[in-house]
Amino acid sequence: MLGWEFPPFISGGLGTACYGLTRALDQLGINVTFVLPKMVDGKYATHVKLLTPSSQMSAATFKFGGLKNVKFRTIDSPLQPYSSPDVYQRRIEESLKRKQQIHGGGVSSASQLFGGMHYSGDMFTEVYRYAAVAAELAKDEQFNIVHAHDWMTYPAGIAVAAMSGKPLIVHIHSTEFDRSGEHVHQMVYDIEREGMEQADKVIAVSHYTRSIVISRYGISGEKVEVVHNGVDLNNHWSLAGTGINKDEKIVLFLGRITMQKGPEYFLRAAKKVLEVMDNVKFVMAGSGDLMHRSVEMAAELGIGHKVLFTGFLRGEYVQKIYRAADLYVMPSVSEPFGIAPLEALDNDVPVIISKQSGVSEVLRHALKVDFWDVNEIANKVVAVLKYPPLEMTLRSHGNFEVRRLRWKDSAAKCVKIYEQTMVAV
Amino acid sequence: MPSVCFYFQVHQPLRLRHYTVFDKNNKYFDDYKNAFICRKVANKCYLPANRLLLDVIRHFGGRFKIAYSITGVLLEQLQRFSPEVISTFDALAETGCVEFLAETYYHSLSFLYSRDEFVEQVNKQVETIDNFFGQKPRIFRNTELVYNNDLAALIEAMDSFDAIITEGADHILGFRSPNFVYRPNGCSKLKLLLKNYSLSDDIAFRFSNRDWPQWPLTADKFARWINDVNGNGNVVNLFMDYETFGEHQWADTGIFDFMRHLPEEILKHPDNNFKTPSEVVQCYEAADTIDVPHIISWADTERDISAWLGNAMQSNAIHELYRLENKIKKTKDDTIISDWRRLQVSDHFYYMCTKYFADGDVHKYFNPYDSPYDSYINFMNVLDNLHSRCSNHAYSA
Repeated sequence: MLGWEFPPFISGGLGTACYGLTRALDQLGINVTFVLPKMVDGKYATHVKLLTPSSQMSAATFKFGGLKNVKFRTIDSPLQPYSSPDVYQRRIEESLKRKQQIHGGGVSSASQLFGGMHYSGDMFTEVYRYAAVAAELAKDEQFNIVHAHDWMTYPAGIAVAAMSGKPLIVHIHSTEFDRSGEHVHQMVYDIEREGMEQADKVIAVSHYTRSIVISRYGISGEKVEVVHNGVDLNNHWSLAGTGINKDEKIVLFLGRITMQKGPEYFLRAAKKVLEVMDNVKFVMAGSGDLMHRSVEMAAELGIGHKVLFTGFLRGEYVQKIYRAADLYVMPSVSEPFGIAPLEALDNDVPVIISKQSGVSEVLRHALKVDFWDVNEIANKVVAVLKYPPLEMTLRSHGNFEVRRLRWKDSAAKCVKIYEQTMVAV
Repeated sequence: MPSVCFYFQVHQPLRLRHYTVFDKNNKYFDDYKNAFICRKVANKCYLPANRLLLDVIRHFGGRFKIAYSITGVLLEQLQRFSPEVISTFDALAETGCVEFLAETYYHSLSFLYSRDEFVEQVNKQVETIDNFFGQKPRIFRNTELVYNNDLAALIEAMDSFDAIITEGADHILGFRSPNFVYRPNGCSKLKLLLKNYSLSDDIAFRFSNRDWPQWPLTADKFARWINDVNGNGNVVNLFMDYETFGEHQWADTGIFDFMRHLPEEILKHPDNNFKTPSEVVQCYEAADTIDVPHIISWADTERDISAWLGNAMQSNAIHELYRLENKIKKTKDDTIISDWRRLQVSDHFYYMCTKYFADGDVHKYFNPYDSPYDSYINFMNVLDNLHSRCSNHAYSA
């Protein structure tokens, strides 16, 4: 399994999905060797404890609490989910600067900095370097299937599969069209397409994504399976309300503030809501490249005092913000799946979700809107805040419904696909 | 000697247009959609079914009889969008073999919320049927066959009806058969006609179901089932939606052919005959009294009213609606009152049902909304506007 991030440091849906799926596979008794990139930079390196930083190939093996059948191998690499080439560039440069400060100058090149590890200065070279290291690492591993998550690991997946002769499964959590709209990065697209073409099976997280894979990447439909994500429930019943008597309602946006997530539509809807209601605040939790633009936009719309930006939240703060919220809105322009609404429902927060999302295929007890239909988003926000029976019904049915979406079922589907693929080869 | 009593429910709701919290005008109903559906159903069901039944009635010259209950809200729509349907119903009325029943003009659940309003709507419906078809209905059926002892008492007190029609639910009958005439508990004159849901649903729901062991259902097979009642029942009440013909069961399932041949097959047995509900009531004495303290209906397997009032949204919406009654009536403004009454059409609340929503099923049929939540939001936004109109009215007056 070529995957990403593990708790406690999870920056978004991709890490959550890899973790949930792997844990469920573990429970089904499937042996998984989980390979993930890890940057050996103080700021980013604290999230897992390495048991034996042994391998000379800059790969480390370790176990993670509670997972019996999963072995972890990390590859030192600055790759991170949700990066784009320019973000990557910026991070590498920042990292360089920081190291220079620490080491008091004298070190000037990236290779020196990272202890001769030869990190690459641009993302694409790094993706291929990662692939080469992964293929090398795979030599001393036993496995029957190569399962790669999202495009940065596809070259690694192809390399490992080619080297070992094992079937390759690529798992699409998002496509370049989701992240960038029509302004696709050609090289990213090429890597994605190459991965899908080389794969024996493609797993899409929703029918929505499957149709993109078929129509935009020209992949034959019979090769593409849908496995919806599950959700990890927190399992402790939160009391309805926190006992805090709030005068103001809170409408929550939680996610990366990027074009894909539709922050603009959230703000425009907020403006409309405030035309007919006053006692409501809009909270935008998350960070991203449109953060500054969104702050400006709130001000331009004249609702700056009603919109709060929290920055990126993690762990207990996410729980806290859910508890405070009366409503969660996900106006994503294109959302392959969208785990956050499920977490919101698990926290007893009703949700409004974009119809352009995979999660709308599995959720019935949610309000659904077209992301561009600002009027309708506002209409539904007002309705939830104004008519308590609506909120009540959405909450109780939604909370119940979300309990049916289990990672165990997703993992079982994956296992079925594994079996089919192994027979076919 | 079983008599067969057919009664068809003919109704189409008034669908609301998409109405957001930002809308300010008084136009609540989706004329385009209502016209479209009305014409569609007219072409697929009302016109061909009326033509067929008229043929059969003429063919048997008085031996084949049926009954209809056509809601006021549908008659209004037919008049506007498909007047030719009304003339075919009129032709049926003139045969003398067709009885028209009474119900609430607005196909409402007003009996549960406002007795005054309920009586007004029943009277309005009786008057309307009289105007259209020259008959004063003597048999009452409540919306969705909602019924309990109180309804029987109220109808008997109105002193203009001979019987009520309701569901032959197992739990009110116990060991008894629906194939007799009964008397409501506490009534002295009023009689009760109970739907034989098993035989009715064989036609209305199961007719085209290929997983049903009895598929395909033919007229002679069904007639045999009717003959089986001979000796242990007086009347088989076959009550169903008229849209069974051509809408619920499409024409290519053979439902029209089935109906064309059924009377002939049933009349082959010399003991069988067809009667209208009024004739049944005159012909047969009550076999027993039926006690229904709790509310029943003909819906779903529960035979209760949870399809309309089962969740918080539904009860909230309907309570808010009837809470406005006094305010609305005080305005004495006809358009306000009629808008309020049109919001009482039970379908508005049916759309908000979450009972089987997750599985997707019969509740979805004819539902113009994507989800029960959307329908609740829409309804409440409209109701809000209606409320503000009352207040403005009071202010200007």
